[in-house]
Amino acid sequence: MSFLGYARADGSVGVRNYVAVISTVACANDVAFWIAQQIKGTAPFLHQGGCCQLMPDIELVTKSLSSIGRNPNVAAVLLVSLGCEGTDIERLENEISATGRPVKKVAIQKAGATVALNEGLLMAQELVSAASQIKLQEFDDSNLVIGVKCGGSDTTSGLASNPAVGAACDIVVDKGGTCIFGETTEFLGAEHILTKRAVNKEVADKILKIVDDMEKRARLSGGDMRGGNPTAGNIAGGLTSIEEKSLGAIVKSGTKPIQDVYNYGDKVKGKGLYIVDSPGREPEFLSALAAAGAQICLFSTGLGVPQGFPYMPVIKVTGNANTFERLPDHIDVLVGMTAGKGSGLKETGEKVFQEVLKVASGKQTKAEILNYGNFPGLYTLGPIV
Amino acid sequence: MKHMETREDAVVLHEKDNVATALADLESGKNVNIDIGGKTVTVTLSAKIPFGHKFSLVHIENGAPVIKYGEAIGNASEEINAGDYVHVHNVASMRGSTGREGGAE
Repeated sequence: MSFLGYARADGSVGVRNYVAVISTVACANDVAFWIAQQIKGTAPFLHQGGCCQLMPDIELVTKSLSSIGRNPNVAAVLLVSLGCEGTDIERLENEISATGRPVKKVAIQKAGATVALNEGLLMAQELVSAASQIKLQEFDDSNLVIGVKCGGSDTTSGLASNPAVGAACDIVVDKGGTCIFGETTEFLGAEHILTKRAVNKEVADKILKIVDDMEKRARLSGGDMRGGNPTAGNIAGGLTSIEEKSLGAIVKSGTKPIQDVYNYGDKVKGKGLYIVDSPGREPEFLSALAAAGAQICLFSTGLGVPQGFPYMPVIKVTGNANTFERLPDHIDVLVGMTAGKGSGLKETGEKVFQEVLKVASGKQTKAEILNYGNFPGLYTLGPIV
Repeated sequence: MKHMETREDAVVLHEKDNVATALADLESGKNVNIDIGGKTVTVTLSAKIPFGHKFSLVHIENGAPVIKYGEAIGNASEEINAGDYVHVHNVASMRGSTGREGGAE
């Protein structure tokens, strides 16, 4: 099997070919959004970070934006800067252009937003013109980098869509590709399953550490994750404990060995299954997958959710037939109940994998067609000051 | 084994499991036939089980693990008989309380 994609100078393969208009700080979002609204072939990356944050968070913003600018689906980058932000613009320019991607920059404080807009529009136009000349080529399935996520979960998530996405994940890994999952919060109570799947003790220890750190951060803020999880809605839906919720959630990562654990904003290198330490909320987590280098996100849902990402197609998979019928504008794939049934699961995994190949070769997801998902976010560890 | 998607009343996710998950709202007193790895097990329900909720397949001692996905999801906080409704009222999480009592009954 194979798919049609775009070769990048750094060896990665894009399934989309966008000029990313990246806002480097919260105050530059509007200009970035204006440019992306006007110029076909661009996609914005907007967020609330880059200023008045503690140094570890400023570093996290710079690192994440650099990784996001190097996502395989990005052909070139236009940075939209304010001028006085904490984000390290020079490092962004250097790291992104080192991958062979053209990088241009406008700064609002130089002569105002209207001038930055005018300059940015022209730059974006030039970058799109160059990017549009990159030809589609056929690539082997081993070039796939797929992120997985679940959200808006209900009982069908653990019974149908998570097993289906997990089975598709296993196929991607068997084909020599890469799969990435995260949402550390939902490892709680299932760590022992994940550590058993770690390739060695070092990776197992990293898994335990990220869960422990996430719990500590929650407690420092005066909360206990376990107190609010499972939620009242989860309990009403039949989930009894955090263990049960987590076991159902990690099913979406399939069954393959876990090769390594990366930090939020890191770019994943290598083949097989990886973890990115991350929160479960969509805006921040989808950004973590894009930063990690995912071309596509497989998103398992029960209740149905609309989120996409500006230049990473998000495929919604549900096992809830009512949701599929109620939300035709959001859900891409309906799968049957396969939990606990060996052969049915394999077929369902194959169905999801075929959708991945179609989307990789250009089929538009519901979120892409709707242009839903223009307001992602970046994770922060500390306060806004 | 058939794969008629939602025709069955309940599903057991792993052969080690001592609970099943209802695939429909099931009435109290109903005899439920469940396919576990090719063998059919019959359990009589002692309570109404809503869709997505669990019931016990066997007798579970107070303090013994409640198993789903082949793994413990908590310990029984009282004696549970085959066919009993299994939820927050008779299962205690090993990873901290849910912070709530009762739940859907």
